[in-house]
Amino acid sequence: MTEATALYDLPGPRTRRRHAVYAVLSTVVILALLAWICYLLFDTGQFAYTKWMPFEYKGIQRLLLRGLGNTLRAFALAAVLSLALGGLLAAGRLSDHRPVRWAATLVVEFFRAMPVLVMIFFIFVALKAQPLTALVAGLTLYNGSVLAEVFRTGVDAVERGQREAAFALGMRKTQVMAYVLVPQAVRAMLPTIISQLVVALKDTSLGYLITYEEFLHAGKLIASNLDYDLPFIPVVMVISPIYIGMCMLLSWFARWVSRREQRSPKTEAVAVTTAEYGTLLPGGEPPTAPRP
Amino acid sequence: MYVLKDNFSTYVEGFLGTLQLTFYSSLLALALGFLMASFRVAPVGSLRVFGTVWVTVLRNTPLTLLFFAVLLGLPRFGLVLPFQVFAVLALGCYTSAFICEALRSGINTVPRGQGEAARSLGMNFGQTLHLVVLPQAFRSVIPPVGSTLIALAKNSAIAGAFSVTELLGTYKTINELGYNIVWTFVWIAVGYLIITLAISALFNVLERRYGVAR
Repeated sequence: MTEATALYDLPGPRTRRRHAVYAVLSTVVILALLAWICYLLFDTGQFAYTKWMPFEYKGIQRLLLRGLGNTLRAFALAAVLSLALGGLLAAGRLSDHRPVRWAATLVVEFFRAMPVLVMIFFIFVALKAQPLTALVAGLTLYNGSVLAEVFRTGVDAVERGQREAAFALGMRKTQVMAYVLVPQAVRAMLPTIISQLVVALKDTSLGYLITYEEFLHAGKLIASNLDYDLPFIPVVMVISPIYIGMCMLLSWFARWVSRREQRSPKTEAVAVTTAEYGTLLPGGEPPTAPRP
Repeated sequence: MYVLKDNFSTYVEGFLGTLQLTFYSSLLALALGFLMASFRVAPVGSLRVFGTVWVTVLRNTPLTLLFFAVLLGLPRFGLVLPFQVFAVLALGCYTSAFICEALRSGINTVPRGQGEAARSLGMNFGQTLHLVVLPQAFRSVIPPVGSTLIALAKNSAIAGAFSVTELLGTYKTINELGYNIVWTFVWIAVGYLIITLAISALFNVLERRYGVAR
């Protein structure tokens, strides 16, 4: 049974029998669906040798690996830069000086409201940047703005007493920030930060649209090759597990960190966010830390 | 400034394209998301597994890859539809995973006692669902569903790159006519802002009217 929902009572013997019938029926339907998809795959000859032949060649394997390397490079650059930009913008939003605060708010709100692809295209087309530069810059601006909000809510979520105690000890505001608030905030928001990095990883595939030679682009090159009878479905079947696997690994890491931090005594003054998947949809409102 | 005036019809066409795409994919995402959420809370194991796999896979797929697979892959199975329909399918399925999670956590926020009380009053399953659980779940899912739909509107930009008539795609036409590229993008940005702000306003109204009193 699912954990405590309001929907169902504990099933009695008759209900259990009924559920067993449903289970059998739905399993049959799902298996039939899978069988139909398999039949379609075989029927259209997707498992023919010519379509899978390209993956045996060293050159093509190297092409795919180079694409994967380019994807990971774009991701690494975008992750580091957006963390830096996020820190900077969060510092701006938390500033005591009103003009700085307004400017940072304007930047954050604007870039969060824009589709990331519009920014990438703008940098690529209007500023005539290299594909890698355009991709990384676009991802940095967007994810940096989202991360700025994550950092800010994290700092705001640290218990007020911590800030007051630090000021009472005679620390300056920079010291309060650097030694007291930020370490606790980052620890508590780490799962959310990693979840946002999953978004960045997924969005590196947008580079395909501006001809950056990343993983999907390499796949497209193979898929549109007439010599191998346009092995489109095989390419998708090879590429998507790798993409999905990478993202799942990172999301799993976020959940692991969140479980670890929730047990840690170092994060007592601030509620640790659970690495919720719902926050993973790029472009949704930034996740907010629950107030203690 | 002449960019908008001279190309107004192109812009409007693109704007309406984005609007249509957003609207139909929202409907698909809400319907599929509701179905998957009901699978995920069902007492039948195989349905739960199906829902979980659907959500996990789609949440971890890059949307570009999904577009790539749907728009260029499905025709290989002899399924030939207009590109716009394919785009709605891809966007709707992708977003349905997120909608599903929003709905499921909404249902899980309804306290267990509510269901127990309803059953002890003699309500059957349908009545419990319609009169007690769903109305309360609905109130708490308004904000997350709203932000998911805003994200959907922004994600629809990807469809433009796969030759669907859409707001971002208009830059190509206008660029070829030799207009100022910066202003072109400014007006595209304004178009997206209008759509996202409208959705956000709509959900603010819903939230004020039906939301949980805080």
